[in-house]
Amino acid sequence: MTRLVTATIAVAGIAALIALDASATPPNPYKAPPLLALGSGTAPSGGFCGALPDPAGK
Amino acid sequence: MLSTDVTTLTETHEATAAPLLRRGGLVLAGFAAVFAAALVAGGRFGLMLAIGLGFGIVLEGMRFGFAGPWRAMILRRDPAGIWAQLLAIGLVTLVALPMISASSGELAGAQAPVGFAMIAGAFIFGAAMQVVLGCGSGTLVNAGSGNAVALVALPFFAIGSFAGAYHLIWWTDLGALPIIKFSGWQGVVLTLLGLSAIAGLLWKLAPPEHRRLPRRLIVAAVLLAGFAILNLLVAGQPWGVVYGLGLWAAKAASAAGADLSGSAFWSAPGSLDRLQASILTDYTSLTNIGIVLGAFLVASWRVDGLSQKVPGLPAQAWLAAIVAGFLLGYSSRLAFGCNVGAFFSGISTGSLHGWVWFAAAFAGSVYGVRLRPLFKLEPRP
Repeated sequence: MTRLVTATIAVAGIAALIALDASATPPNPYKAPPLLALGSGTAPSGGFCGALPDPAGK
Repeated sequence: MLSTDVTTLTETHEATAAPLLRRGGLVLAGFAAVFAAALVAGGRFGLMLAIGLGFGIVLEGMRFGFAGPWRAMILRRDPAGIWAQLLAIGLVTLVALPMISASSGELAGAQAPVGFAMIAGAFIFGAAMQVVLGCGSGTLVNAGSGNAVALVALPFFAIGSFAGAYHLIWWTDLGALPIIKFSGWQGVVLTLLGLSAIAGLLWKLAPPEHRRLPRRLIVAAVLLAGFAILNLLVAGQPWGVVYGLGLWAAKAASAAGADLSGSAFWSAPGSLDRLQASILTDYTSLTNIGIVLGAFLVASWRVDGLSQKVPGLPAQAWLAAIVAGFLLGYSSRLAFGCNVGAFFSGISTGSLHGWVWFAAAFAGSVYGVRLRPLFKLEPRP
């Protein structure tokens, strides 16, 4: 078995993850935030490994 | 004779055209993925995937890593890779800290508290990353470029990250300091002084033949810093890896009917929002996906990049990859990040925990280097 097989499995796994997730929770491009956070006037709300859960929700 | 020459010319032409076609296809595939993400999720998310691709291409294409250079320093006292890491962190610091201070709350740093669990988590992460020879970003890059050990470790990394976040509050309640951070230009000066002091210490420890930083690593550090700054400007938060992996496992667990209400972390309103949203709108998921794809593109680009045989390893080694993968995920949640979220982004955005993470993880790495041959992941010295 060559690395082509293992690398293809990795990419196929990622593709399957995106497809399964998109079928369960489809994204909505009309609710997308502005292109850049800088200058958007909104606080960052993404999940981050350094953050404890925010009880306020965002 | 003439016929032979024509045949040879045709074969040469075909041999040249085949890689060109393949490489053209790879470039198109990269652009298509970014365009598709922007179309279905929104422009910012397409941009985040492009940044992730940039990370993956630089890390794999320019052989820039974290676990490998730490190993090189421990075994051979070769500091070049760590110098490159410090250079990249310093460059991000110069831009990120003043921008975070000047922004009116639109940009946030990777700031977290120092605590008992955080230090223990960083130590274990350092050891586990030397066992599989892949850190947070490294496991993604290695999986994308066909490394079988990383491919096996990756899903367990995600499960570990989910489990670590599940228990995170219990662990942090064992004791932690308030968040200590350096900000503004004062923070820049302090951080650059700290980075310079470590670079100087490494210089002193290195033998004369290793006291050089190759141009490849300087270019890679500059590019990586550029992508990390873009990550901050586009997402409003620094580059991270571990949260996204845990989110994937949490979504899978939730889809399988698991009840996450017992976890203070996963039942918090912010976490619930993200569990119900697409991973194509989660920043760390997008950069993680981009890193795997970017590494795959680079490995496919190289002549014979994916034609090497996967080495056969004993069962003990595969078991070690599974356990180390899980520990990488679990410990990095307790440590408030991995080499990317805590070390790279923590230090460059002024968090004390990044420095403590570095010290604890490096100490863990010293032991991890010794564990790797014991698990038969490499021949014993």
